[in-house]
Amino acid sequence: MSQQKKRLSKEAYAYTPGLKIKEAMIVSKTRILPITGEVLVEKGDMVDFDTIVARAMTLGDPYIFEAANLLGLHPDELPQHMVKKVGDEIKKDEIVAQYIAFWGLIKRFVKSPIDGFIENVSPLSGRITAREQPIPIEVKAYIPGEVVEIIPNEGVVIETNATFIQGIFGIGGGKHGRLKVIVDSPDESIKENTLKPEYKGMIVVGGSFITLEAMRKAIENGVIGIIVGGIDSSDLTKLLGYRIGVAITGEEEIGTTLIVTEGFGKMGMSHRTFEYLKLSEGKEVAINGATQIRAGVLRPEVIIPHSRLRKVISESSEIVGGMKSGTSVRIIREPYFGRIGTVVSLPVELQKAETESLVRVIEVNIDDGEIVMVPRANVEIIEE
Amino acid sequence: MSIVQRGWVEDEDSISKLKIKRDKMRYILATDVGSTTTKARFFMKTNEEWRYVASGEAPSTVETPYEDVTMGVLNAVREIEELLRHQIMNDKGTGIKIPFDGEKGVDLYCTTSSAGGGLQMTVAGNISSMTAESANRAALGAGAIVMDIMATDDGRPDYTKITRLRSLRPDMLVLAGGTDGGTVKLVIEMSEVIRAAKPKPRFGKGYKMPLIFAGNKEARPEIKEFFAGDFDLSIVDNLRPSLEREVIEPTRRAVHELFMEHVMSHAPGYTRLAGWTDLDIMPTPAAEGLAIQLIAYINKSNVLGVGLGGATTNVYSIYEGRFVRSVSANLGMSYSICNVLKESSIENIKRWIPFEINDKELENRLYNKMIRPTTIPQTLEELVIEHAVAREALRLGLEHHKSIATRLKGVKVVDRDLGDIRYEVEETYIKMINFHIIAGTGGLLSHAPRRAQSFMILTDAFQPEGITKLFQDSVFMMPHLGVLSTVYKDAAWNIFDKDCLVRLGTIIAPIGIAKEGEHVFDVTLEMPDGNNVEVKMNFGEIRRIPLPEGNEVRAVISPRRGFDAGSGPKIPVTSDISGGSVGVVIDARGRPLILPEETEERKKKLAEWIHSLEMYPPEQITKLMEK
Repeated sequence: MSQQKKRLSKEAYAYTPGLKIKEAMIVSKTRILPITGEVLVEKGDMVDFDTIVARAMTLGDPYIFEAANLLGLHPDELPQHMVKKVGDEIKKDEIVAQYIAFWGLIKRFVKSPIDGFIENVSPLSGRITAREQPIPIEVKAYIPGEVVEIIPNEGVVIETNATFIQGIFGIGGGKHGRLKVIVDSPDESIKENTLKPEYKGMIVVGGSFITLEAMRKAIENGVIGIIVGGIDSSDLTKLLGYRIGVAITGEEEIGTTLIVTEGFGKMGMSHRTFEYLKLSEGKEVAINGATQIRAGVLRPEVIIPHSRLRKVISESSEIVGGMKSGTSVRIIREPYFGRIGTVVSLPVELQKAETESLVRVIEVNIDDGEIVMVPRANVEIIEE
Repeated sequence: MSIVQRGWVEDEDSISKLKIKRDKMRYILATDVGSTTTKARFFMKTNEEWRYVASGEAPSTVETPYEDVTMGVLNAVREIEELLRHQIMNDKGTGIKIPFDGEKGVDLYCTTSSAGGGLQMTVAGNISSMTAESANRAALGAGAIVMDIMATDDGRPDYTKITRLRSLRPDMLVLAGGTDGGTVKLVIEMSEVIRAAKPKPRFGKGYKMPLIFAGNKEARPEIKEFFAGDFDLSIVDNLRPSLEREVIEPTRRAVHELFMEHVMSHAPGYTRLAGWTDLDIMPTPAAEGLAIQLIAYINKSNVLGVGLGGATTNVYSIYEGRFVRSVSANLGMSYSICNVLKESSIENIKRWIPFEINDKELENRLYNKMIRPTTIPQTLEELVIEHAVAREALRLGLEHHKSIATRLKGVKVVDRDLGDIRYEVEETYIKMINFHIIAGTGGLLSHAPRRAQSFMILTDAFQPEGITKLFQDSVFMMPHLGVLSTVYKDAAWNIFDKDCLVRLGTIIAPIGIAKEGEHVFDVTLEMPDGNNVEVKMNFGEIRRIPLPEGNEVRAVISPRRGFDAGSGPKIPVTSDISGGSVGVVIDARGRPLILPEETEERKKKLAEWIHSLEMYPPEQITKLMEK
């Protein structure tokens, strides 16, 4: 075995991605079409939340119908009985194929079920494929800012200076609205009676928890977004009407976008998250509950555009950077779940946990001064 | 044809491309890029013997914001470097140094991958129980996750199928249908559905959807014309040339080629990773399947294997030489832990937990694991909960496997007694009494702190019958050795035997049900010291007789009325039994295993079994149960 190389760090190195909570950073959003299309803005343009930046036409829905059967023909006879040919436009209930025999005594027709065009006539199956007219798809800017890059035929990259907060789990897609903090502290729960009708169109911020009744009340009152520390998974199931099995979200249509910042159960919102949200009360912000959890993950987000404290931070340098002594971390599993602290040391040697597993650990000085040992896998970096 | 049937064949083409001759190699690095974690394993040749030396693990980095799998690979490799003080990466830390230059690097690097959801496919055929089922087996055989199986007779109207196809973004499609020379009408109908839907591939915007046609050869001209333009069409031999024959190898090969060409080249960072490896990147289930086949090949036995991962559960069976793999896409221990809850139920998970925990608390803990999938249990309570979920994931995975491991349906069978002609409809040929080896791999099983834990997780979930040996992967390296075995079988076998395959022991579990406490069978073991151990088993009991690995004893099992140890009710069975790290476990809990419905009684039974097998540290588990 070779000698220790200079490149190897003396202190063990750990790499655990954390949630981003940044008071000021350049947020960059790539807004692209799901299929190729047309970009409607130019590089350098300033856009607003609702500016349409790209548009495409997606194929309309196809309909396949048993034309030969309906006409009482063999499949290979169908083409000669078509009134409309492949590519022809058709209207709903218009005759597309017909069979007329015995001087008109026998008449059978196949009518179009849709407005659209004929895509295929099969002499093998005797079926016609008709397709509805193309449907436009539009992509909005989602955040206000400058178009810094055009991705030809696909979309754009928009940059803005903002406070950026990642949640841990969310429901519902991208929205924007005014921020309203409706609790006094990050440890307070949102109660049903605090959700007033005047919050319609707003994004409300709670502390540690929201009940099912309060979520329903918020939706009833037209609240477009809820940002909260924790929820009960059983309440989420009741709200959605089904149990989420795999965390791929963002398409839900429940009338509001929900962003959970800490986790499931009653969980005090991180003080820093709460502080930044409180500072931004009344501002127009963008939120998105879309979550995809695998390894690198897509987390829900809150973007609060502003013009202060513009800092240029390279994304790649943050990713390459890891956990060292002094790094702020959050413990993300029992028995210290939710506790925040700073890394004291990262021993190289494996240590025995209560489970008897030998694991790589980290020593953390948690907020009340106690030093605890936890598996490295059970902490995440709080990105400053 | 499985390896058991055709013998082990290395890939000569890949061998010729290795940077250094195999007999000159000293260090080998293998990684598995999983959906949650990237696992690196380091192997070394010492005294002419290949051995496993060290592991490194790091979160996988396939998704945003990283979108480059190589970052996770380098982080995992860096852990090994730290542990061994051996530099594996190049001086800039931007890749793997190959070959070893006398001071740094490795001689061979290979990897498997299931990250980014693995290989995702949709298959279609004419008849659900015939060509569509064969297409499904071919895709699963190639290590794919099958997102949907479509057939002309699956009961869904065309519109529903089209909508479904458009919403899925598979990596590729397999279209089967019709026996050679049969009608082409049905396969053309299914083609119309696929063409109308025009599904988009998951990766590579603007690329054509790869489509493998493995149906009636008479339909090829129409198929070629039909899919020209919008699809990247490959035509292979019909996978069901006649009702009596299933030929899935050409389809499996085509899937593998397209996987490398389309999926891997468009997945984030894979082009770079492929540039580092000496061998093609292999889907994890395909490599794991090779490792399980290796067990069957060496032991000349039917084997049931399982890979319990973070996102998926893969079950493998080798029965009378036939190899079948099933991939349950959303049954896993981290990323899809809540889908286990969804498909199983909170009650089914709780039935394996010997202490009190309320539903809401338990659910929240599972959801918290789902959203932070790389965390590990620090407390015993958390460990026991994960072990409960694992039992359910494996149980559901086996149920899924049984639905795929079937004889060819639709085959004409002549009933000699009745002189009747009927068609094969048997649901599955997986009968636990016919499997004498069960092997488990995956993070949870490999990392279980006590071997008795994985032994009992496998036992409770699969409920082996008769006499069954249990094996497990020591530190999760079956996929690594599976891919390595394609070019260097001797090294792979060596490591497999010495460091990977943990012989847990043997379970004796006669089939039958009786009243609690009723005397149901006796076992006599002729121990290595010459003494006989005689065990009287009452219904509901489980006992462990320590017998170290490498020891074999003669066992005589004498079942009483209503119990069957493999030769029939009440018939004694004599067999040589192997030891292992757990030993011999005698299970009189009955088959099928039914847990008491009453909560306190159930917890009492679980506690008894836990203590009897010394599954958890006694003091802590007692404290937990008394809480």
